[in-house]
Amino acid sequence: MYIHDEFDRTFLKERVAEFRDQVARRLSGELTEEEFKMLRLMNGVYLQLHAYMLRVCIPYGTLASKQLRALARVARRYDKGYGHFTTRQNIQFNWIKLAELPDAMAELAEVGIHGIQTSGNCIRNTTTDAFAGAAPDEIEDPRLYAEVIRQWSTLHPEFTYLPRKFKIAISAATHDRAAIRVHDVGLRLHKKDGRTGFEVMVGGGLGRTPYIGQTIREFLPKEDLLTYLEAILRTYNLGGRRDNIYKARIKILVHDLGAEAFGKLVEEEWAKIKDGALKLDEAGLAAIRAHFHTPDLPALPEKPAVLADALKDPAFARWHAQSVTAHKVPGHAIVTLSLKPVGGPPGDCTADQMDAIADLADAYSHGEVRVAHEQNLVFPHVRQQDLPALWGKLEALGVATPNVGLVTDIISCPGLDYCALANTRSIPIAQQITERFADPERIADIGLLHVNISGCINACGHHHVGHIGILGVEKKDQEFFQITLGGKGNAKARLGELIGPAIPETEVVDVVERLVDTYLSLRTGPGETFIAAVERLGVEPFKDSAYAPR
Amino acid sequence: MPLVKNGAPAADVYVRVADGDALPDAPVIVSADRLLAEAHALAARGGALGVAWPNDRDVAELVPHLPQLSLVALVFPKFRDGRAFSQARLLRERYGYTGELRATGNVLRDQLLMMVRSGFDALEVEKPADAAAFGKALASYSVFYQPTGDGRRPVAALRRARVAAEAAS
Repeated sequence: MYIHDEFDRTFLKERVAEFRDQVARRLSGELTEEEFKMLRLMNGVYLQLHAYMLRVCIPYGTLASKQLRALARVARRYDKGYGHFTTRQNIQFNWIKLAELPDAMAELAEVGIHGIQTSGNCIRNTTTDAFAGAAPDEIEDPRLYAEVIRQWSTLHPEFTYLPRKFKIAISAATHDRAAIRVHDVGLRLHKKDGRTGFEVMVGGGLGRTPYIGQTIREFLPKEDLLTYLEAILRTYNLGGRRDNIYKARIKILVHDLGAEAFGKLVEEEWAKIKDGALKLDEAGLAAIRAHFHTPDLPALPEKPAVLADALKDPAFARWHAQSVTAHKVPGHAIVTLSLKPVGGPPGDCTADQMDAIADLADAYSHGEVRVAHEQNLVFPHVRQQDLPALWGKLEALGVATPNVGLVTDIISCPGLDYCALANTRSIPIAQQITERFADPERIADIGLLHVNISGCINACGHHHVGHIGILGVEKKDQEFFQITLGGKGNAKARLGELIGPAIPETEVVDVVERLVDTYLSLRTGPGETFIAAVERLGVEPFKDSAYAPR
Repeated sequence: MPLVKNGAPAADVYVRVADGDALPDAPVIVSADRLLAEAHALAARGGALGVAWPNDRDVAELVPHLPQLSLVALVFPKFRDGRAFSQARLLRERYGYTGELRATGNVLRDQLLMMVRSGFDALEVEKPADAAAFGKALASYSVFYQPTGDGRRPVAALRRARVAAEAAS
């Protein structure tokens, strides 16, 4: 993980002091709500339906155990004892009082975490692969570059009042676990002729006008990362629309100009700055790399006896099949903790769970926890011989539901239970689906299936890229839901197709079940996943059966 | 509206002149259109000349006229419209403009430091209390993560200097 030095610590203290002063000026009336709004948003503070919400950034998804304990303290002291992990590796506290926010932030700053640029029309926190530094399929740890971007983008004087928010994601692995094609800028680290660099995609994003990002450069040498980003941001800052909030994202500019023409503008700008002060060199990268503490893991025997024995227990084997992923170091494993228990709100975690998870991270994962895009937590460095013991402890905490990657591993926004923008609730739909599909054997048989729920067109639950997407809409003051099919959020990202008219809340879980049953009856065998079957058959057979009984 | 120049309160000696109005015998600020249309006459006039440049017009157009200009006023129609931050950096860092670069419009305390970092040296601050707090606003940070043309040393350079110093000692 990244170790803060005195510069980072001083900066965070200054940020908290500035926000404390801004809150005081708001309370005294010196700042208008309109003026204050932008300032609080850039510290992650929203005014939601019932209270202020604080969104805290987990930089590139990596948490030290003591940072997780600090989150637990904040949840307990300033909130109602829990937090909600989001798709962008953040955690949200939903019940914080404005006057107490600076104190909560000061406590978090003590352990190097904050809400800076988790909202507002600025460069948001950069996200990446939750398995970074542990995955066998990555060419290099992408967090180095995420940190390079964090430093460059933090309070960037030129790019803090952009036309609209700006999100960057990086992947360095064969498998995209960071949804890079649905970000304003997606960066894919790869090698070409022995050199390391990035494929640069722009203009992806969901929301009311979903687009898949388009590649404007196949290979950007890594030392040019910041100069190129600066060129993209400058082109956007000067050229992006500001007359209509719904047309202000970079994706609209890219779409209106065409990716090729937009890329040409970026290249022209870049040619003028590429050898400037932002150009990276090996010494600069090494200096940042030196701030990362990565555990030195010894190679151990693969599948030790204690693990082989445990795998004879079907319950353990089921969990192992879903939650345990290969590690780049032999004898180790990456373990995903499911925050999707049957009947629970997806992504929620109580303060007690956070504390217990922090203790387990110390005991089993070198003190490190990750936050995954899918709203789960991850232990990145676990010895395979420890898996059976760890499983028992995770079970006791309620974070070992064997559903990672399955139908009940639902990505969901907070919906109308919290959010001021939502049209409908999302959490009750997720709860109903997890209850309907509570049988672990049944969901294992169904196999890989991503269900995504958004409570409004802003698409925070990424419904467009769910294999099954559920979108809440308001019709005649009632909550209705549209169903999309065939979306994908990975490297071959694709938007789902709407399969029919919106349905009332009471029918959603039945439609999902009929879609699943249709898949089971039509698949060529258990080897053909839900999404593969949809791609082979098209949406028609699903459409017919989903609505058939009406 | 209080003017803060190079960190201190200053009297505004410039007169804003509407298009078509006669030019007074004083430093003036004219519109972009007038500057481009009457460039020769304005240059021949001598004396201090400023232009108010809109935030949706490429500052590259301004480049041939920079030698005649003693002031460029960029505009923030709303504080959250940040186009003039880019324009300011381009004028300073790419086109080498060294005259007065003035921030105008909805100029508020919480954006002052970023304006200075982008190259503004004069700010028409909207609220008197914000102008009075100028020094405090600029001192709110001592740590900067990115290089701009303002000369403040970014963290990366400071870290590097420290490593070099440790190696030398």
